[in-house]
Amino acid sequence: METQLKNDFEKMVKTSSFSKKDIDKKKIHLKEFIKKGFPNRKLENWKFSDISQIIKKNIGDLNYYNDYSLPNKIESSIFKIGLEHNKIVFINGRIEKIEFNYEDKNKINILDKVELEDKTKFENSLIDLNNAFINKYYKIVVKENYVLKKPLIIYHTTNKNLNLKNINLRLDFLLKENSCLKLIDMSDDLSEKNFINTIYNFELGKDSILKNYKIDQKTNGNIKYSFNNIEQDLNSVSETFILSSGSSFIKNEINCNLNGKYSSAFINGIFSLNEKRHHEIRTSVNHLIDNTKSYQLIKSVLENDSKSVYQGKIFVNSDAQKTDGYQLSKAILLSENAEFNAKPELEIYADDVKCSHGSASGSLNQDSIFYLMSRGLNYKQAKELLINGFLLDVVEKITDSEIRNLIKNLIGTKE
Amino acid sequence: MREKELEKLKDYKYGFSTDIETIKAPKGLNEEVIKFISNIKKEPDWMLDWRLKAFNRLKVLKEPSWQKPKYPKIDYQDIYYYSAPKSASEKPKNLEDLDPKILETYNKLGIPLQEQKRLNGIAVDAVFDSVSVATTFKDKLTEKGIIFCSISEAIQKYPDLVKKYLGSVIPITDHYFATLNSAVFTDGSFVYVPPNTRCPMELSTYFRINASDTGQFERTLIIADKGSYVSYLEGCTAPMRDENQLHAANVELVALDDAEIKYSTVQNWYPGDKEGKGGIYNFVTKRGLCKGNNSKISWTQVETGSAITWKYPSCVLKGDNSIGEFYSIAITNNYQKADTGTKMIHLGKNTKSKIISKGISAGFSDMTYRGLVDISTKANNSSNYTQCDSLLMGNKCGAHTVPYIKNKNSESNIAHEATTSKISEDQLHYCQQRGLNSEEAVGLIVNGFCKEVLQQLPMEFAVEAQKLVGISLEGSVG
Repeated sequence: METQLKNDFEKMVKTSSFSKKDIDKKKIHLKEFIKKGFPNRKLENWKFSDISQIIKKNIGDLNYYNDYSLPNKIESSIFKIGLEHNKIVFINGRIEKIEFNYEDKNKINILDKVELEDKTKFENSLIDLNNAFINKYYKIVVKENYVLKKPLIIYHTTNKNLNLKNINLRLDFLLKENSCLKLIDMSDDLSEKNFINTIYNFELGKDSILKNYKIDQKTNGNIKYSFNNIEQDLNSVSETFILSSGSSFIKNEINCNLNGKYSSAFINGIFSLNEKRHHEIRTSVNHLIDNTKSYQLIKSVLENDSKSVYQGKIFVNSDAQKTDGYQLSKAILLSENAEFNAKPELEIYADDVKCSHGSASGSLNQDSIFYLMSRGLNYKQAKELLINGFLLDVVEKITDSEIRNLIKNLIGTKE
Repeated sequence: MREKELEKLKDYKYGFSTDIETIKAPKGLNEEVIKFISNIKKEPDWMLDWRLKAFNRLKVLKEPSWQKPKYPKIDYQDIYYYSAPKSASEKPKNLEDLDPKILETYNKLGIPLQEQKRLNGIAVDAVFDSVSVATTFKDKLTEKGIIFCSISEAIQKYPDLVKKYLGSVIPITDHYFATLNSAVFTDGSFVYVPPNTRCPMELSTYFRINASDTGQFERTLIIADKGSYVSYLEGCTAPMRDENQLHAANVELVALDDAEIKYSTVQNWYPGDKEGKGGIYNFVTKRGLCKGNNSKISWTQVETGSAITWKYPSCVLKGDNSIGEFYSIAITNNYQKADTGTKMIHLGKNTKSKIISKGISAGFSDMTYRGLVDISTKANNSSNYTQCDSLLMGNKCGAHTVPYIKNKNSESNIAHEATTSKISEDQLHYCQQRGLNSEEAVGLIVNGFCKEVLQQLPMEFAVEAQKLVGISLEGSVG
C-alpha cells in the first residue's frame, strides 16, 4: 500500500498546481496516514466496523490518483427532484458546477483558495488521507443576516468510469451571524467498489441556523465515510438528518461542539437496510458551556444479513451546567441474521445536568400485528404499516416542511 | 504523631494493620516464586503444571489499557506474591488454636468468629493476606454434604472436582490479570453444593490485605450442582498504606441444571487518603456460568472502597431458560476511580438478564459504568433489561456510562435506560426542614436512590451496606 500511496501522490503533485507550502503540508498528512493506515477494529471508534478489513475484502487495492484535468458531462437526469434549489455538483470527485441562481450574489462568498491546516484536531487517519489527496476545495460563506431562499443540494454522483478508486471531497461552510442555510446531500452512484471519503466543516456564528440533510438511498457497492464537524456559537441551532440506506458500507460521523451558550444540536437518523449492507452512525456531541441542549434519535429497520451500528456520545464539560442531553436508539430486526449494535455513551463532569439515553431493539410486536390482521389487513400490509409508523416518528422531526415531504416521498412513508 | 495517626484512622476505620510474623515468598514474579507457592501449599504436580502454563501464557500477554482510570505502571517484580501469618503454616485445627492477634483483627473488623458461630449462623471462611485461616461452621455443612473450605484444601482433598471446574469459566488463556491470578493465586474459597440441596446458611468470606507490598490473589470457585441453592457473601478491607497495593482475584461460579447461586460483595478496600495517595487497585475477574438449563446466577455488589475499582462480574447464560442478574451500587469519593459494570452473554434459548446499576460520585472522583449485553444468533426469545443511574455531587467529579449493546437475534429484546442527575434542592430542603442536617439528608436520599440494590442483599449485609453508603459520602456535601 505504501508504494502505491507514494507513487499516486507524486503523480498528483506533478499534474496539479499546488503551492510549495501546500505540498509540504500534504506530505505531512501523507506520512501520518502511511503510519496509521486505515482504521481497524482495535480502535475503539471502529470497534463495530473494521473499515480496513471491509476495504480489503470488497475492493482490494485502491488507486489514490484521480485525473481531474477533463470535465465530466453532467447528466441532467440527476436533477429529478421537483424542488427549486441551488446546486453544487460533484462528478467522480471533481466539482463541475456551483450555482446559486436563486440567491443574492453579494450575500454569498465562494472561496477557492483555502489553506490546509497543519494538523488535524482529530485522531483520525481518514482525515489525514483526505488532506493529503484532496484536489481543490471550497469554502462557502453566508454573510450576516442572510437567509438562503432555497435549499442547497449537493449532488455526489459517480459514473461507471470510476473503479477501485479513492475519492476525497471536502467543503467548508461559514454561517455568519443570524444567517440560515438548508443543505441536502444527495448521493447518486452508478459506480461500484470505490472508497469515498467526504469531510464537511461547519462554523455556525451567533444566532445562525444550519439544516443538514443527508440522503444515501440509491443502491450501490461503494464504501463511504463521511465526517462532519460542526462548531456552534451563541444561540445557534444545527439540525442533522441522515437517511442511510443505499451504499454497501457507510459510516457517518458527526462531531458537534457546542461552544456558545443556548446553542442546540439535533441529530436524527434512519437506517433502512437490506442484503449485506453495513451502516454506522457515530455521533459525538460536546457540551462545552452552560445552557446547551442536544437531542438524538436513531431508528433502524434491518432485513436479511444487514447490520447497523449506532455509537452516540454525549460529553458534558465541568463548566456545562444546565445541560440537557438526550439520546434514543431503536431497532427492529426483521430477519434472523440481522444485527444491531449500539454504544450510547455518556461522559459527564458537571452535576446540574439532565442527561439520559435509551436503547431498545427487538422484533416487530406480534400483538400489534395480530391487532391489525384481525381488522382485515394481511401480514404484509400490517408489517408495512408498523414499520411506516416506526420510521415516520423520525421523519416528523425534520423542521423544514418542504424537505420533510421530499424525504417522506423518497422512503414511501405516508401519514 | 500519634494524634495524627488517630486522625487518619477516623477516616477509614479498617485502617489498622496487625503486627504478626509472616512468611513471604521472595519478591518478584518468576517460575521460582510460583514453584515456591505451589510447594509451600503442598500442591500436587498437576496444579503446578497448570500454574506454569498460565505463567508461560502471561509472558506473551500485554496488560490491557483501554480502561478509563489510568494508573502508574505496576512493577510486577516488586510485589510479594505470597505472604502468610507464620503461625498458619501449621493450620490450626479449631478456633482456639488461632493466633490471638489474628482473632483480634477480625474482632476489630466486626466479624468476631466466635460470636459469629452462635449469633449469625453464617459460616465464615476468612482469608488473611493469602491463606485461609479458619473456617467456621464446618460440621453443620459437612452433614449436608456441602463442601466449604479453602481452595488449597480442596486441591488436595477433592482434586477431581477442582480439576473439572477450575478454569472452566475463567480459562488460563483469559486476559492479563486473570492469567496472573491463575499463575500465582494463593488461596481462596471453594464451595460445592451437592444436587438438590439448599445451603442452610449464608456462606461468607472476609478478605483482608495486611502485609505491605503484597498483592492478594485469591481464587474462589463455587459449584452449585443440579437443583441446589447457595448464597455467598464476600467482604473486603485492607490497612492504610501509602503505596498502592494490587488485588487481582478470580471468582468462578458454575450453576448446573436448576441451580441458583447468589453472590454478594461488600467491598471496602482502603480507598487512599483525601489527596488520593495509596489505596488498593481492585482488578478482579468475576464470572459466572449458567451451565445447566433453568439455572440462575445473581451478582450483587456494593463497591465503596479501593483507589481504583476495575471489574465486571459477568454471566454467561449457556443453559436454556437461564437467568442472570446484576445489582450494583458503586460509590466513589475524593480521588477514587471506578470502572465497573457487567457482561451478560446470552447463548441459550429463552435466557433473561437484568442489570440495575447505581453509581454515585462525589469529590474529585470518576465513575464509569461499562457493560455489555450480547445476544447471540441462537439465543431465541431472550430478553435483557438494563437500567443505570448516576448521581453526581459537585462539578469536580465525573460519571460516565458506556454500554455496549449487541443484538444478533430478531426474536430477542433489549431495553436499556440510563439517567444522570444530582440530588435536587427540593428534596434536600424538604429533609432539612424536618430537622435532618445536610449530611443525614444526603444519606437518606442516597439510600433511597440505592434501595433497589440494597434490597437484594441478605439482611446482615444490608444493614452494614446502608451504613457504609453513609460513611463513604461523609464530607462530600457542603
